[in-house]
Amino acid sequence: MSTNELIIPKKDSKLYMSFMYVTYISLLVGGLMGLLQTLVRSGKYTLPFNIDYYTILTVHGVILGLVLTTFFIIGFQFSLMGKTVGMTDKQRKVAWLAFWVMVVGTVMAAITILVGEASVLYTFYAPLRAHPAFYFGLAFVIVGSWIAAFVNFRQLYVWKKAHKGEKSPLLAFMVIINMLMWFIASLGVASAVIIQFIPWSLGYAETINVLLSRTLFWYFGHPLVYFWLLPAYMAWYAIIPKIIGGKLFSDSLARLAFILLLLFSIPVGFHHQLTEPGIDPTWKFIQVVLTFMVIIPSLMTAFSIFATFEETGRRKGYQSLFGWFKKLPWKDVRFLAPFIGMVAFIPGGAGGIVNASYQMNALIHNTIWVTGHFHLTAATTVILTFFGITYWLVPHLTGRRLTPKLNKLGIIQTYIWTIGMTIMSTSMHIQGLLGGPRRSNFSEYAGGEQVATWISYQVSQAVGGTILFIGIILMVYIFIQLTFFAPRGVEEFPIAQESDNAQPAPKFLENWYLWIGITIALILFAYTIPVFDILKHSPPGSIPFDWPIGR
Amino acid sequence: MHLHKYEKIWLTFGVGSLALFLAIIGFAAFWKGTHPQSHIEVIDPQNVQAHESFKPENLGLHEVADGKYIFNIVASAFNYDMGVDADGVPVKTIRVPKGSTVLYQITTIDVVHGFNVAGTNVNMMVEPGHISRFETVMKNTGEFTIVCNEYCGIGHHLMYGTVEVYE
Amino acid sequence: MGKGTSKQQQASHSDSEVSFKGTFIAVMLVGVFILVSWFGLYALFLSR
Repeated sequence: MSTNELIIPKKDSKLYMSFMYVTYISLLVGGLMGLLQTLVRSGKYTLPFNIDYYTILTVHGVILGLVLTTFFIIGFQFSLMGKTVGMTDKQRKVAWLAFWVMVVGTVMAAITILVGEASVLYTFYAPLRAHPAFYFGLAFVIVGSWIAAFVNFRQLYVWKKAHKGEKSPLLAFMVIINMLMWFIASLGVASAVIIQFIPWSLGYAETINVLLSRTLFWYFGHPLVYFWLLPAYMAWYAIIPKIIGGKLFSDSLARLAFILLLLFSIPVGFHHQLTEPGIDPTWKFIQVVLTFMVIIPSLMTAFSIFATFEETGRRKGYQSLFGWFKKLPWKDVRFLAPFIGMVAFIPGGAGGIVNASYQMNALIHNTIWVTGHFHLTAATTVILTFFGITYWLVPHLTGRRLTPKLNKLGIIQTYIWTIGMTIMSTSMHIQGLLGGPRRSNFSEYAGGEQVATWISYQVSQAVGGTILFIGIILMVYIFIQLTFFAPRGVEEFPIAQESDNAQPAPKFLENWYLWIGITIALILFAYTIPVFDILKHSPPGSIPFDWPIGR
Repeated sequence: MHLHKYEKIWLTFGVGSLALFLAIIGFAAFWKGTHPQSHIEVIDPQNVQAHESFKPENLGLHEVADGKYIFNIVASAFNYDMGVDADGVPVKTIRVPKGSTVLYQITTIDVVHGFNVAGTNVNMMVEPGHISRFETVMKNTGEFTIVCNEYCGIGHHLMYGTVEVYE
Repeated sequence: MGKGTSKQQQASHSDSEVSFKGTFIAVMLVGVFILVSWFGLYALFLSR
């Protein structure tokens, strides 16, 4: 069965590209902050103009973790929906509204942070209080993303009505799963921001329930990282096979993996709160078990990807045990960048299992191991895949071509990224195991051998960070070339097809009521009793604190 | 839906490994009692002195039995109050012999802090209104830096102390 | 481009025709890596 691929009209391209502009501006700004952080932490550099380290850190986290990712993902997903199920004029108008609401929110939050009124880091833990404009900005970004989600839902609904009895295109199905997860999860952080933080930051509420706000944040915080990962999985399952000249390994298994990710990404937030005092240990353990369930679809993904490679290679006639592997298109950056992303997910995933392992969490909690961990998962696996997508998506949208020269630059960029991140992330992992804390300005603490060792690893992180920044400049250069200067032409939008005789997907895979129902049931199971406990046993609330963040 | 024979073996192996990890940590938790800290006890962050453990005179290290210690700390931005010594100087280093059992009890009077005796398994979030409590045997000798590992403001990196474990 | 006669296509869904031996070895290596790192770190946790 072949999916109908639509042509993306110019009006739609403009919309998708707008999200890409914000993405790459964010990459440059956020990346520069990252570079400065690693330099400061080496102990050999101080920030000019009395800029505070934690302001820079907040910009880095918010701009890269929340802004870059959300804009890229929503833009990319709109393009997938446009390509597979189409976009009406009305939907496009509403999508623009989503874009502008998100931009307004981003600008509000960014200005508040830059003037030093919101050095609360991207987790904004109470009772540190930022300026209300920061929380309003966040609320706008979230609401904007919801508008985008509902446009996506509508797009599939309209398509389904016109294609009665047909299964939805795989990529559209995946987008809907991701946006459903995002919507259900961000209800948590939105209620924390709107019900708790905003009235409290404005002075209407005197105190805030700290543990409740943290629990609502982490109810959102873990699905957040899956919201980043799922678009990478979309590319791995449904786009990479086409790039390497193959077909989908299994449409049904891909759908099943995404359903499992929807079910088990959300009821697991306590694994970020394992060392907190106010949560019952049994409920922590229950959520650890649920966390382990969300590893299963990733195990399935690992098999699918290797199998796609092997099947493709063998059909081309490479019959030796690993001949198919050697013959992968290593010189095609659209493949190479995501491939290195996949490789990074092996240590990234293994580290994640350790992090979630209940009492073992004490080994690494809030050490810089965690920073090293998500620079593998988010800043390598996800970002290199996003770069890999950029190489064909941007020229496809701008009517240009990825020239051999730009392809080569992309390959160089990929290697620079790999080298820089290997150095930085490895030294973060080691320093973390030695107890070095994350989210900390340069400090010699009480001195001594332990601290001296930490600092030596911070020096290597600065080396890695510098290499990564060179990679960022190169990537932004490539983006500008692909957007404005590359020669005119047609770049393929690669979507893999099913084999002609693939088995039909079981109907229950698209039973949305069933999956949403189970998702909600699991959330209620994992959270009802502990949240009730938190409310019942809550201590006196916390008054706001402004001075610790220099307000 | 069709699962290839090898995929079945792989998933069985993978899920089996996960089950094994869960069995090990579950056994350690529910049979051996090695939970992460989860004390649930609450306190008024504006009046922590009302609690016996956090009265100014009870802060710092106290030997309660042979080889058994209690270590009470009050965190605030940007300091750990570990009591004062005989001369009235704030304590920044505590010393315990190797193999002693130490019960760490800590709370905060303002924002969220971290409390990590770096290089040991003493690693806790410290949140206003809650008491963080963790008992452990100090198995290894050495100087361990106490660091605040949750962001608490612009002086976050200046919050520290030392635990010295001697032979 | 992976296109063949329908007979060859049939093979993609029977265990005998296209071999996934390489895939199997690759994923098992991933599994071993996960096991080794987890037990290594669990040992470190116990030693502290």
